[in-house]
Amino acid sequence: MQSKMKESDPILEVENLSASTDNLPILKGVSLTVYPGEIHAIMGRNGCGKSTLSKIIAGHPSYSITNGDIKFLGENINSLEPEERSQSGIFLGFQYPIEIPGVSNLEFLRVSTNARRKFLNKEELDTFDFEELVKEKLEIVKMDHAFLSRSVNQGFSGGEKKRNEILQMALLEPKIAILDETDSGLDIDALRIVASGIKKISNAQTGIILITHYQRLLDEIKPNYVHVMSDGQIIKTGESDLALELEEKGYEWTDNFIKET
Amino acid sequence: MVNENLVKDVVKEPYKYGFVTDIETEKIEKGLNEDIIKLISQKKEEPKFLLNFRLKAFKKWQKMKEPDWAALGYKKIDYQDIIYYSAPKQKEKISSLDEVDPKLLETFDKLGIPLTEQKKLTNVAVDAVFDSVSIATTFREELAEHGVIFCSISEAVKNHPDLIEKYLGTVVPSSDNYFAALNSAVFSDGSFVYIPKGVTCPMDLSSYFRINSGDSGQFERTLIIAEESSSVSYLEGCTAPMFDTNTLHAAVVELIALDDASIKYSTVQNWYAGDEEGIGGIFNFVTKRGKCLGKRSKISWSQVETGSAITWKYPSCLLLGEESIGEFYSVALTNNLQQADTGTKMIHIGPKTKSTIVSKGISAGNSKNSYRGLVKMGTKAKGSRNYSQCDSMLIGDQASANTFPYIKSQQPNSEIEHEASTCRISEDQLFYLQSRGIEFEEAVSMMVSGFCRDVFNQLPMEFAAEADKLLALKLEGSVG
Repeated sequence: MQSKMKESDPILEVENLSASTDNLPILKGVSLTVYPGEIHAIMGRNGCGKSTLSKIIAGHPSYSITNGDIKFLGENINSLEPEERSQSGIFLGFQYPIEIPGVSNLEFLRVSTNARRKFLNKEELDTFDFEELVKEKLEIVKMDHAFLSRSVNQGFSGGEKKRNEILQMALLEPKIAILDETDSGLDIDALRIVASGIKKISNAQTGIILITHYQRLLDEIKPNYVHVMSDGQIIKTGESDLALELEEKGYEWTDNFIKET
Repeated sequence: MVNENLVKDVVKEPYKYGFVTDIETEKIEKGLNEDIIKLISQKKEEPKFLLNFRLKAFKKWQKMKEPDWAALGYKKIDYQDIIYYSAPKQKEKISSLDEVDPKLLETFDKLGIPLTEQKKLTNVAVDAVFDSVSIATTFREELAEHGVIFCSISEAVKNHPDLIEKYLGTVVPSSDNYFAALNSAVFSDGSFVYIPKGVTCPMDLSSYFRINSGDSGQFERTLIIAEESSSVSYLEGCTAPMFDTNTLHAAVVELIALDDASIKYSTVQNWYAGDEEGIGGIFNFVTKRGKCLGKRSKISWSQVETGSAITWKYPSCLLLGEESIGEFYSVALTNNLQQADTGTKMIHIGPKTKSTIVSKGISAGNSKNSYRGLVKMGTKAKGSRNYSQCDSMLIGDQASANTFPYIKSQQPNSEIEHEASTCRISEDQLFYLQSRGIEFEEAVSMMVSGFCRDVFNQLPMEFAAEADKLLALKLEGSVG
């Protein structure tokens, strides 16, 4: 399983992470390491802790880490604010992107992009320069310019919301992107657009974690590793064919692994 | 619900305008009676008709009861414990700005309203009112060239008594309500605007009201008259020092628009709101009303209310002229223990009249924020229309919001439409913005300004930016 990629330093290291919300343990010792250029898929039943893992990596305030560490580019980020994580290059693509009434999508994208650029010591973009940049990125997700003048995600269809997430990823150029069920609720065409967008944005320096229930996204974006989660733990890790096996045999098949451990 | 700890971590920004100017003032003794009213009138060298106007109002006021229908709770005001006239001591007659006490100029400088020739704002004419008197009015000559009169109401009484006698009290009669009657009896200063026929006022006009002393009330009176086919945009700003006592502010504003005239009246109200425990702050009881007397005339109120411990204010429109238009755009923000009961009255009297109400209430902390509005269609208001939209935003779980819409229609051939909504800033929305690199406070202020956008769009440009900043400032440390 050792690949050539691992000669470089890891982007993300999750070490024996346990976390809870309202004193209810959700994660019970998760470990996961992502190197540059790698694509990891995390699969598992609803409620197994996949989404929680993604939110904790992004710094959601509702969860508290009870044990273990999250390291990003070698630095412990356990206590960083969500905005600091984003600025330094962690991106979470939401399963259910949030609607923000009255806030224009264009302004939101610009403020967000500039926060990241500031961190990277790049010049912040004014409205005109940003228009240029965003035009180019809209191509990637095949979105119409009209999306920009609407309020953030408000009245967007499921597919439009997901494409808006990928647009944000394209603008922020993260080091690691965690995409939480980005494929859910998409028709085949939208899925292809989203998948090709993700591929265009990622490169040999970036890492990707795909959280998904379905094989069809993994047909478009082939993962290097597949992890199966159950009850707050990663119970099995394999290569891309594990996902196929899982699709064929169902999650019941994975229950055996739990019994073994 | 927003994370409490996160909220408490946010740095608090104190009230920026809470300083007191140390200046010698001329004050009369506390209390209210006929002699006091005569003294005020005498100090201002007023004509007889005005003294009579005051005394009549005072008689009516004595028979009236302080209103208690608003959703407000506050300790009883002792009207005999207030000083009704307070003015900074200066030379008898001031002929130019050079003679104004530098301390006063400095005060307005500090408030961001420079008055001197070198520094004055270039696109706005300002009337600066300090406690009971007007200190200076800029650009008077330039405005006079266009026939526009812009001066303190005291000067107008002296120089244009005919206009005052003709219009004063015609929109808000002295017996209109308790606070209007009080104001009519004791008003000290305020602004006067007259736009002659066919003139579009060449620049925005603005009054800046500053309360400086802690024990005197402020009772200003503003009168704006727009003759046929004229138009004016008028802005009003207000601040006060931080005292641990409550200061009463009871103003009256009257607007009159004749045929095809239009008046746009914008307010950013930032009186001292009291501290976190609700100690101190201004009691703001204001009667503002516009009369669309002429055909196709238009009066538009926009207000951003962020200050005062108590706000009681309903800028209204009387739509008499055929096809006249009334508008009310309001953002009212309350925090800590502030209370606001604000809204409007749109009284449709003439046919084919139109009114629009957009009200945005934001309540944070333990505050209480109520919208109260009346839309009335009179028997002759055939073909008239109203649209009202009242939205409330709650921040934290201790604040409250109410909406009291009153609708009365005596004209079946008219339309009234009312929409209302309540929302809360959710933790998920905040996290979404934060996870895109946007800091907590900026995220909150983005959402609040998004919520208020329909109203901010109505404000004059510089005002809109200022209002945006002001809201962000007011919410700092309080989003919980």
